[in-house]
Amino acid sequence: MIALSDYLLFGAVLFMISMAGIFLNRKNVIVLLMSIELLLLAVNTNLVAFSHYLNDVTGQIFVFFILTVAAAEAAIGLAIIVLVFRNRKSINVDDLDSLKG
Amino acid sequence: MNFVIPSFAPAIPEITLLILASLILVADTFWSKRFQNATYYATQASLLVAGYLVLSSFSVEQVFTFNDSFVRDSFADVLKLFTVAITLGIFLFAREYLVQHRFMSGEFFVLGLFGVLGMFVMISANNFITMYLGLEIMSLAMYAMIALRKYDGVAVEAGMKYFVLGALATGMLLYGFSMIYGATGTITFPEMKAVIASGEADGIVLAFGVVFVVIGLAFKMGAVPFHMWMPDVYHGSPTAVTLYLGTAPKLAGFAMVYRLLYEAMPGLVGDWQQLIIIISILSMVIGSIVAIAQDNLKRMLAYSGIGHVGFLLLGVIAATDDGFSAAMFFIIVYAITGVAGFGMITALSRTGFEFDRVADFKGLNAKNPWLALMMLIVMFSMAGIPPFVGFWAKIVVIEEVVKAGFTWIAVIAVITAVISAFYYLRVVKSMYFDKSEIQGPVEIISPALHWGVSFVAILLLALGLLPGSLIDLCYLSI
Repeated sequence: MIALSDYLLFGAVLFMISMAGIFLNRKNVIVLLMSIELLLLAVNTNLVAFSHYLNDVTGQIFVFFILTVAAAEAAIGLAIIVLVFRNRKSINVDDLDSLKG
Repeated sequence: MNFVIPSFAPAIPEITLLILASLILVADTFWSKRFQNATYYATQASLLVAGYLVLSSFSVEQVFTFNDSFVRDSFADVLKLFTVAITLGIFLFAREYLVQHRFMSGEFFVLGLFGVLGMFVMISANNFITMYLGLEIMSLAMYAMIALRKYDGVAVEAGMKYFVLGALATGMLLYGFSMIYGATGTITFPEMKAVIASGEADGIVLAFGVVFVVIGLAFKMGAVPFHMWMPDVYHGSPTAVTLYLGTAPKLAGFAMVYRLLYEAMPGLVGDWQQLIIIISILSMVIGSIVAIAQDNLKRMLAYSGIGHVGFLLLGVIAATDDGFSAAMFFIIVYAITGVAGFGMITALSRTGFEFDRVADFKGLNAKNPWLALMMLIVMFSMAGIPPFVGFWAKIVVIEEVVKAGFTWIAVIAVITAVISAFYYLRVVKSMYFDKSEIQGPVEIISPALHWGVSFVAILLLALGLLPGSLIDLCYLSI
C-alpha cells in the first residue's frame, strides 16, 4: 500500500526539480518551459493523491482544468520563444539580458 | 444522477463579455482591412455594455451560483465597475499610441477585452478552480499583449520574462491550493472557512499551503522579494501595454488577495499576517529606495508600483473589514493614478520616440505649461501630497494599520513615503527648472488624448478635494 505521504513526497521532489530547472538553467529557454510543465505536474500529483485519499472527486476535476490551461499556456510560451528566436537568433537564457537597471 | 440548471443571472456581465469578445475576435479578421477603427469602437462598446450590466444588477446581497463556484456581491460589482472604467481609459490612450508606433491591430483590443473577462472572473471567484481560470485568462492575454510588437526585441524579451515568472507564480499558487485542498477537503471558500474554523484540518499542511499561496500572490502583485520581473516588464513593454499591465490587473489582484486570504482563510490569519508584514515592509523600502536610481520613467513607475503594493498590503495586515476597505480604496486610487501617469507617457510619445525617460520631461513647463501642470498633479498624487487623492489613499491604509496595533509599521510606511517623494519631486524639478533637450514643441497630437490626460489628472484633484463618497463606497462594499 502506498501511503499519502509517499505521493506528497513525490510531488515535492517534482516541485524541487522544476524549481532547480528554472533557477539553475542558463542554457535554453525550452528547458524553462519544460520545468513549468513539471511544476504543474507536481501540483496534479498532489491533487490526485489528495482526491483519492479524501474520497472526493473535486481534486481530479481540478486536474483536468490544470491540464487544459497548461496546454494553452505552452502554446503561448512557444509562440513567444519563436519570436525571441526571430529577434535574437538564439534562445539562450543568458542572451535575454538587454533589460537591466 | 440529477442535474440542476444553474442560475445564469449573476454571471450575465461575464457571459456577455465572453460572447462579445469572441465575436469581435472573428469580426476583426474581416474588418481590419477596410475599417481601421471598427475593432476599437466595438471593444469600447462591449466594455460599456458590460459596465451597464454590472450597474443594472447592482445590489448589496450576496448571490452564489454554478455550485457555489461564482459569487456576485457588492465588493465584486464595485471592483468590476472600476475595472471597466479604467479599461475604457486605457484603450482610449492606447489607440493613438498604436497608430503612432505603427502596430495598430485589433488583437490588442480583443486581448485586452479577454483580459477584462479574466479580471471579472477573478473578482467573482468563489472557489480555487474559478480563481485559477480567471487568473489564467487574464495572464495569457497579457503575455500575448506584451509580445504583440513582434519585431521589437526588447518587448519580446519582456514578454518571455513575464511568461516564465508568471507561470512560475501560478505554479506556486496552485501548489498552495493543492495543499489547502488536501487539508480541508474542499475548494469552495465559505466551506473552507468553516472547516478551518472547526479546527479539523491539519495545521501543518495548511500552514505549508498558505506560505505557497502568499508567495504566489506576492509574485502576481509584484511585491518584494518577488518583484524582479516588474521593472523589466514595465520597461520593455510598449507603453500602451504597460499602461494596461500597471493599472486594471491590480484591482483583480487585490480581489484575489481579499477572496483567498480574508474570505477563505481568515482562520489562518496568524500564519499569513507575519508573511504579509515582511513582504509589505520590504516592498515599501525597496520600492522607494531603488526608484531613486532610475532614469527611465516607466522603470521608475514600476518601482513606485512596488512601493504602492507595500502600502496596499498595510490594509491587508490589519485583517479586518475596515482594513480591506481601506486597501480597496487605495488600489482604486492607485489604478486611476496609474492611468494618469502611464497615460501621460503614452500620449506624449510619437513615432520613433517613446518619451519615457525622466530627461525627456526636462523643461516641459517652458514648452507646454498645461501638460507640466497635469504631470505635476500626477506626481504629487503619487507622492501622497495633499490635496490630491493619493494623500487620502495613503492615510486610510496607515490609519487602519495603526488601529490594528501595528504602529511601528505605520512609522516605516511614513518614512518610506517621504523617501519616495524625492524621486517624484525630481520629475517635477526637471519639468520646471531644467532646460529642455528636445527640439521643437512638445504636445499631444490628438485633442481627445489632451482632454483625456487633463480629465484624469483633474479627477485626481477633484477626488482629493471630495474623497468622501469614494471612501464610503469602499467601506460599504465590504
